[in-house]
Amino acid sequence: MYTQGLDQQGKPEQEKQRRPAESEAELRAFQRRCDAEEKIEAKDWMPEAYRRTLVRQISQHAHSEIIGMQPEGNWLTRAPSLKRKVILLAKVQDEAGHGLYLYSAAETLGVSRDKMVDDLLSGKAKYSSIFNYATLTWADIGAIGWLVDGAAIMNQVPLCRCSYGPYARAMVRVCKEESFHQRQGFDIMHVLCSGSEAQKAMAQDALNRWWWPSLMMFGPSDKDSEHSAQSMAWKIKRFSNDELRQKFVDATVPQAEFLGLRVPDDDLHFNEATGHYEFGDIDWQEFYDVLAGNGPCNRERLAKRQKAHDDGAWVREAARAYAAKHAVQEAA
Amino acid sequence: MNRIKPDAQLALRLYVQRLGDNALITGQRMIERVAGEPELEAELANANFALDYLGQARMYYSYAAELEGAGRNEDDFAYARNDREFQNFLLVEQPNGHFGDAVVRQVLFDSFYLLQLEALLECSDQRLAEIAARAAKEIRYHLQHVSKWLIRLGDGTSESNARVSESLARYWRFAGEFFAGDEVDDKFRAAFNGPDLSALAVTWQSNIDALLAVATLTVPADIEHPVSGGRAGLHSEHFGFLLAEMQHLTRSYPGATW
Repeated sequence: MYTQGLDQQGKPEQEKQRRPAESEAELRAFQRRCDAEEKIEAKDWMPEAYRRTLVRQISQHAHSEIIGMQPEGNWLTRAPSLKRKVILLAKVQDEAGHGLYLYSAAETLGVSRDKMVDDLLSGKAKYSSIFNYATLTWADIGAIGWLVDGAAIMNQVPLCRCSYGPYARAMVRVCKEESFHQRQGFDIMHVLCSGSEAQKAMAQDALNRWWWPSLMMFGPSDKDSEHSAQSMAWKIKRFSNDELRQKFVDATVPQAEFLGLRVPDDDLHFNEATGHYEFGDIDWQEFYDVLAGNGPCNRERLAKRQKAHDDGAWVREAARAYAAKHAVQEAA
Repeated sequence: MNRIKPDAQLALRLYVQRLGDNALITGQRMIERVAGEPELEAELANANFALDYLGQARMYYSYAAELEGAGRNEDDFAYARNDREFQNFLLVEQPNGHFGDAVVRQVLFDSFYLLQLEALLECSDQRLAEIAARAAKEIRYHLQHVSKWLIRLGDGTSESNARVSESLARYWRFAGEFFAGDEVDDKFRAAFNGPDLSALAVTWQSNIDALLAVATLTVPADIEHPVSGGRAGLHSEHFGFLLAEMQHLTRSYPGATW
């Protein structure tokens, strides 16, 4: 599962710096490669800002997968059937797997996983703010699969064509798994909506709470988006935030209608002329508040990650000591 | 204590159901650990193994339900029984401690469970033998994985050695229950060529001795007061909470489908 808004959170002043060694000719040649849709590989020359942008985006994507395990993991022990429990566990495991190969993709750019994890724990690196919302009922697991993974697919399918080869290839596999997750989430919602009044109410409540944060996943409106133009030129990004958000709304509203659920937006209506749904204003203050660390679960998510990291220190140390001891023995 | 002599069919059903109970409760404790492991690779392994246990629980319960023929399904066994009806070993329901606790608990249990599954390959109930063959492949790999971890931790740092030594001392007294056996085990063995628990105990002890030697850990002394009760549905106090959490949703909405 992913996310977005991730290309919004860097430090623009750094991005504008250019290493003196980067000549105009090199930059032009690089841009020509991007324009020709060539894949950039780990050992190829690339502008420092391109490298930094990718490290930021891929590592934030990886962090989102890892933090995303928590809200869903919250319902593993309580999943209401063995089949649902196994499906949810497989999904959470997929997320750990996505995290692993996204960290590996980022490592090809010369940054270590340890450094990326440190940046997450120190709060320097961000992750998708959607995971700072709480999963309060079983229906939230359905809503996350349906909406959050649905939004993630909108974002990620174009990333399969990203100019950076290792990232693009990782995304091909991620996308296949995400589409399973999305269908499984929709299936949870469908069963709830075909169930008792209490189950339908649970599903509606989940949609009410997850709808707007899901729209925020696409990041700020194009007019406020800092890095989009450069990322588009480099073929890291293919569609603007608003284009993707619109695509998501157009795909999802009919699904909500099919389920018999009401999208919590009084301004939502279909525009016959454009063929698109028009929706109400997003509360960007909420988005920026959550991004700044003041969402419902920001502190808990990071605290849990920090605790796992701290609790595991003696284990990692033991594994290192054992490996070192036996490397010496083997060499002797 | 209730001492009903089961007939062969009941013994088979209860035997299968108990396999399901061990697998489910092991899996349930493992998923409590999700997002708390020391490394991402350990996270993947933990989820992977939990998936295997839960998958096995589903196979055992589905088969037990068929044997019973009363219209129950796998979820009725997991979600609609009370604590006294679960007959898992007390070891697998113990609360999760640190990573070393999980490793020691899995080593002790998987070492037994693998021997049990391998013996079940020879049992005369074909369906159970088939399930056992599939489960044995999974558990053989689990045991290899956790054994490697036990060796790393035992032979790692003085801190890791001290921690897993303490885990071993704490869990050792639960292992006697694997081999105690009761009427169900006896009847299942007699009617279906089930495992000989005393033979398994000898092999288990010698395998554990060998592993602990490599891990530079001391084999605990014989247990004077082994813990038991799981086979009679007499659990530790922790179990009620595990069950309450696992069953809360289905019990809150009786009759609902999910």
